[in-house]
Amino acid sequence: MTATAYPTRWKRPPQIVKDRRWRIVLQIGIVVYLILAIGTVEVNWTRVYDGLERGQRFVMGFLQPDFTSRWTDIRQGLIESLTMTLTSTVVGVAISVPIGIGAARNLAPPWIYYICRSIIAVSRALQEVIIAIFLVAMFGFGPFAGFLTLSFATIGFIAKLLADDIEEINEGQAEAIRATGASWLQLVNYAVQPQVIPRLIGLSLYRLDINFRESAVIGIVGAGGIGATLNTAIDRYEYDSAGAVLLIVIGIVMVAEYGSSYLRKFLQ
Amino acid sequence: MLRLDGLSKTYTTGDAALSDVSLTVPKGQIMGLIGPSGAGKSTLIRCINRLVEPTAGKVLLGDVDLVTLGKGELRRQRRRVGMIFQEYALVERLTVMENVLSGRLGYVPFWRSFLRRYSGADIQRAYQLLDRVGLMDKADNRADALSGGQRQRVGIARALAQDPELLLVDEPTASLDPKTSRQIMRLLTEICSERNLPAIVNIHDVPLAQQFMQRIVGLRSGRVVFDGPPSELTETALTTIYGEEDWNAMRQGDEEQAEAEADAKTRLEALAR
Repeated sequence: MTATAYPTRWKRPPQIVKDRRWRIVLQIGIVVYLILAIGTVEVNWTRVYDGLERGQRFVMGFLQPDFTSRWTDIRQGLIESLTMTLTSTVVGVAISVPIGIGAARNLAPPWIYYICRSIIAVSRALQEVIIAIFLVAMFGFGPFAGFLTLSFATIGFIAKLLADDIEEINEGQAEAIRATGASWLQLVNYAVQPQVIPRLIGLSLYRLDINFRESAVIGIVGAGGIGATLNTAIDRYEYDSAGAVLLIVIGIVMVAEYGSSYLRKFLQ
Repeated sequence: MLRLDGLSKTYTTGDAALSDVSLTVPKGQIMGLIGPSGAGKSTLIRCINRLVEPTAGKVLLGDVDLVTLGKGELRRQRRRVGMIFQEYALVERLTVMENVLSGRLGYVPFWRSFLRRYSGADIQRAYQLLDRVGLMDKADNRADALSGGQRQRVGIARALAQDPELLLVDEPTASLDPKTSRQIMRLLTEICSERNLPAIVNIHDVPLAQQFMQRIVGLRSGRVVFDGPPSELTETALTTIYGEEDWNAMRQGDEEQAEAEADAKTRLEALAR
């Protein structure tokens, strides 16, 4: 066959819907649905206009943040939040490690595996705000409820990622340790731990800054910390103080973000 | 002495990896296990220390049948069997010394291994072994900082730290270059004869097996089809083990490789001049 007999044009064949007619019908259907759906959203334009003014005041508050007049409240909120963040991360990680090991299929017998996986599932299914509302009702307003909420949420996060990481370890290394006659604990200590520790530290640092951000959110439902301060400021229409709080939160999250990514790089 | 008696393994998928393998390995003998991939070489050596559970048969090490042991007793018996792996299987993030000391895990209580507080005798022995394999100065390096050949030496030291009565060696040279392969094989055979230690070596490189093994067992689809000294490993025997086409292809490949190596060598020599 000569070179000229080969086609000169090639088009990528459709991968999902093979039939051309179906493709057209689907595309038109999606557009129609989108138009109808947008049509059902009710917009009260006068309310939006009013809101714009409030929004403007909010933005102005940001531009002229007032750190001084509510400083004692802000400071106390911050200290509460930071305490809550650190303690809940430490406690949460400490509880997560055994649960994470139990939730790894290659280390735990099936019944332990299922128990630990369900603990993780429960913790992950419930959003922080919902747990916070529940715990505030149980233990009253204040940072204790916040501490418990964040610890609980940390368990779901760390234990799941740790368990997945343990399931992906290099089995060869575990096999070699098992072949020496090592016990289960020695296997975990010598073959598993060295493989997952850097990632566990990275995850814990990551969770630390998630917990700080979350502490600002759950404060709004009464779990203390900087969120409570923020909520009070907004309730009093003190947008300049609220702006100050938000700026501080953003600042701390950024510091935590850069700090933890630097540390993680250092650990690898 | 190791005696396998009617050892069989059928995986849950229904693949019969081993059927009715009976072998005796006397003290001090280095036995090479050859065969095409999928013949059950890996399964065979893993059935001996029960990293893979055999479905039938006996594994007699001395007069203990390893197959019937419960968990705790199996752990104690595993100390008697050292294992060396294809991809070294060192714990990469631990130091060389920790890797060698991990050979003692079956002997020490958890708290000692956890705190890395091994007895003076254990540490002395570990240094002695590191010296024997020529890595005395690497004790504090992390295992992942070593080259392939060095890693395999650490693997050997780890297996010897167990004070084993038998070595199981799974493709020790598969990830190494030809020259390092020979060095590692030489080290292994020297160590075995020093200690009068029997070894079963899985090896896919037939010339290497012929050069270093005292006895060769050929495995094909889970059955022993050859058992004898390397000198008896004739073309016919190899054809039985590997099947006609595969063996011819392999031999050709080996010849090509040998030619290429010889060619590279002459070129290098020419360059050196």
